[in-house]
Amino acid sequence: MDARLERILPRVLKPARYVGGEYQQIIKDKADVDLRMAFCFPDVYEIGMSNIGMRILYDVINRMPGVWCERVFAPWGDMDAEMRKAGIPLYALESGDPVSEFDVLGFSVGYEMAYPAVLNMLDLAGIPLRSADRPDLTPLVFAGGTSCCNPEPMAPFFDLMVVGEGEEVDCELLELFRHAQKSGWSKTQFLEAAAQIQGIYVPAFYEPEYNDDGTIKTVHTTHNAPARVTKRIIEDLDACPFPTHPIVPSTEIVHDRVNVELFRGCIRGCRFCQAGYVYRPVRPRKTETLIKQGIEALKSTGYQEATLLSLSSSDYRPLSDLCDGMLEYCEPRSISLSLPSLRADNFSMDIMSRLQKVRKGGLTFAPEAGTQRLRDAINKNVTEEDLLNSCRVAFEGGWNGVKLYFMLGLPTETDEDVLGIAELANRVLHCWRQYAKFKNRGVRITVSTSCFVPKPHSPFQWEAQVTMAEYQRKVNLLRENIRARNVTYNWHDPDTSFVEAVLSRGDRRIADVIEHVWRHGGNLEAWGDYFSFERWMNAFKDCGVDPYFYACRERGAEEIMPWEVIDMGVTRRHLRHERDQAYKAVLSPDCRKQCTACGALKLMTKGGCCDA
Amino acid sequence: MPEKLRMRFSKTGRAIWLSHLDLMRTMQRAFLRAEYPLKYSEGFNPHAQISILLPLSVGVSSVCELMDFQLREDVDLTQLPERLTSVMPEGIVIHEAYPMENKSKFLKWLRVTARLEYDDRNLEEMAAGLNAFYAQDSIVITRKTKRGEGQTDIVPAIQTLNATAGERHVELEAMISAQEPTLNPDHLIAALRQLKPELAPDFAAFTRQEVYFENGEVFR
Repeated sequence: MDARLERILPRVLKPARYVGGEYQQIIKDKADVDLRMAFCFPDVYEIGMSNIGMRILYDVINRMPGVWCERVFAPWGDMDAEMRKAGIPLYALESGDPVSEFDVLGFSVGYEMAYPAVLNMLDLAGIPLRSADRPDLTPLVFAGGTSCCNPEPMAPFFDLMVVGEGEEVDCELLELFRHAQKSGWSKTQFLEAAAQIQGIYVPAFYEPEYNDDGTIKTVHTTHNAPARVTKRIIEDLDACPFPTHPIVPSTEIVHDRVNVELFRGCIRGCRFCQAGYVYRPVRPRKTETLIKQGIEALKSTGYQEATLLSLSSSDYRPLSDLCDGMLEYCEPRSISLSLPSLRADNFSMDIMSRLQKVRKGGLTFAPEAGTQRLRDAINKNVTEEDLLNSCRVAFEGGWNGVKLYFMLGLPTETDEDVLGIAELANRVLHCWRQYAKFKNRGVRITVSTSCFVPKPHSPFQWEAQVTMAEYQRKVNLLRENIRARNVTYNWHDPDTSFVEAVLSRGDRRIADVIEHVWRHGGNLEAWGDYFSFERWMNAFKDCGVDPYFYACRERGAEEIMPWEVIDMGVTRRHLRHERDQAYKAVLSPDCRKQCTACGALKLMTKGGCCDA
Repeated sequence: MPEKLRMRFSKTGRAIWLSHLDLMRTMQRAFLRAEYPLKYSEGFNPHAQISILLPLSVGVSSVCELMDFQLREDVDLTQLPERLTSVMPEGIVIHEAYPMENKSKFLKWLRVTARLEYDDRNLEEMAAGLNAFYAQDSIVITRKTKRGEGQTDIVPAIQTLNATAGERHVELEAMISAQEPTLNPDHLIAALRQLKPELAPDFAAFTRQEVYFENGEVFR
């Protein structure tokens, strides 16, 4: 171990995060390696190691002969300061080698608030922030992850961005890079070739031109780059590797358990939900595959918990069989099985009671909106009856706490919808009074609201976010109307949501703001410990950027969006149709009832079908 | 009923940064990976019945850690060290496993070594100074306890202590009391910081070398 590192570790919080050495980390002999990749996650270890995407890609990339992929996480503030003071550059956990010595840095960027942390990590690695300031082929700095569906705010920093699922395209990219290194290509030569791979966006080859009102007039492409970059998907998940021998962190992380990924995509089409649109089409794994992978992972890790992951697990057709198969292995070994993302319906409640035999703490439901009209407008196919039935089953079964999540500021929302949240909470309380098994224990009903952030590639991508003042007014209105003693109301501050709204639908001009924020001390902005609204507002002012233009402006139906260059499969026409339906409060059927021809099926080029 | 077992293991290298809780969790998972069935407590929230004799501070190495455990079935103990080590994170090595005979309360002495680093001081002078310092009849330090600050004389807890100058650092070796009273090796350095800062090293790294009975025999 680096002697300087040994000296600072005793002084920082949770030093085990910074040393690697965990069981099943992948160590390769450098003599057999000709390409070294640093997989960089712009958040702390506990968050990054909980990310299933990172686990999958670490496994897939390390299956490539001659390639060694190592992990790099953002240090917490105390460690960051100690490293800078001691002159220790950002290093990878497996080898401890400085990231600047690697051939390729791949950032996994899942959420916009992580942008400043990307810059901080590059700086800590001693690598110039902007692609234009890195003339050489090596190191290549690229990004992947959901935030790349609007690549523009980070465009000047990355050499390229990968759109969609990375299992195949990352390997194709690394092979091409290895070839480029061996053939002595220039960086431009390499990027020109990379831009021809489906799913790869090279920001430098796209030049936006703006109208006088600040909107985009057109985007010029250069270097023969494609006009639109189409997302990559894995057509057959059963044929795709899944990490059954994942790293077992020695220190506690957020989601410390075996992950079983049921399917990708979602049949529901909730209009506010970006994930519901950008991960289409729906592709399940076979039950046999899942049980086999799950058991193998439990055996190899010694975990005592497994979780069945997807966007909406009740929509996995053979969910019952899967649970039976998993329980057969888990029950005799006291391994617990958890099932997040369940819908509030009877079937789900039945499954829940089978899984949670012992601990009965709280249940969480996300009705998202307070009235049926608004739930219809956002296409959240949950009725009050469903919800109250589920609560009844839960209370009868001995649960004594329910958390209810809502968004305020949804398109078409009126004060009646806001007050509907208070009424719904009251009905849940009434339901408890009627049906609770253990009334003497009392009940905890928690209502949480956050401020809606319109996201790219969702039907609400055109919508204005409500102003912070308007959100606060809605919060106050709701507060005054939640009077029951057993109902607690928590609300998230709108300032983070406001910044998130700017970043998520921003264009290239936001890049300067992000850099400004980082230069003035911004880093891990998803953490309340670091986020400073004032710092962001100062950055907007100093960079001459009007944040309200991005957050609170309704876009015209024909406006060219900064993310127009990215094709996620679902057509713009379909999104606009869904948006119009929202204003009529008309539900769209889920994909299983009736295909709405959203466009994502075209991504199945090898003859697969959308299994909605 | 299978008997109570004990194993001896090392915690060195990168593993020294694991906390006691991290280590307990790691042990339970490793036993599951190696398919050794640990005995669990009865009750609402069952936990594995394992216990580490002298919990180790974060950042301290050890080649003499002892852990007591029970299994639900008899296993070949000669195979256990290798099989368990193969499923451990880097830096944890199991040396032996055997039926527990000696109660932990009979563990009295602990031999530790330390690498004391001085960035720009004369190592010979430091070593001589250290030997003189620890040879005093009484060294009273102030330390934080659960009830605020307390004064402790560390000399009764030091049986022997010897500092020698090496090429790059000073090597310290000491026989200290592990229990009743417990002397945390860190207190040896805290004493320097509080009473003789000119001898306090820029960095100190401790390693537990061996544990002993009251009479000086090796404890197992």
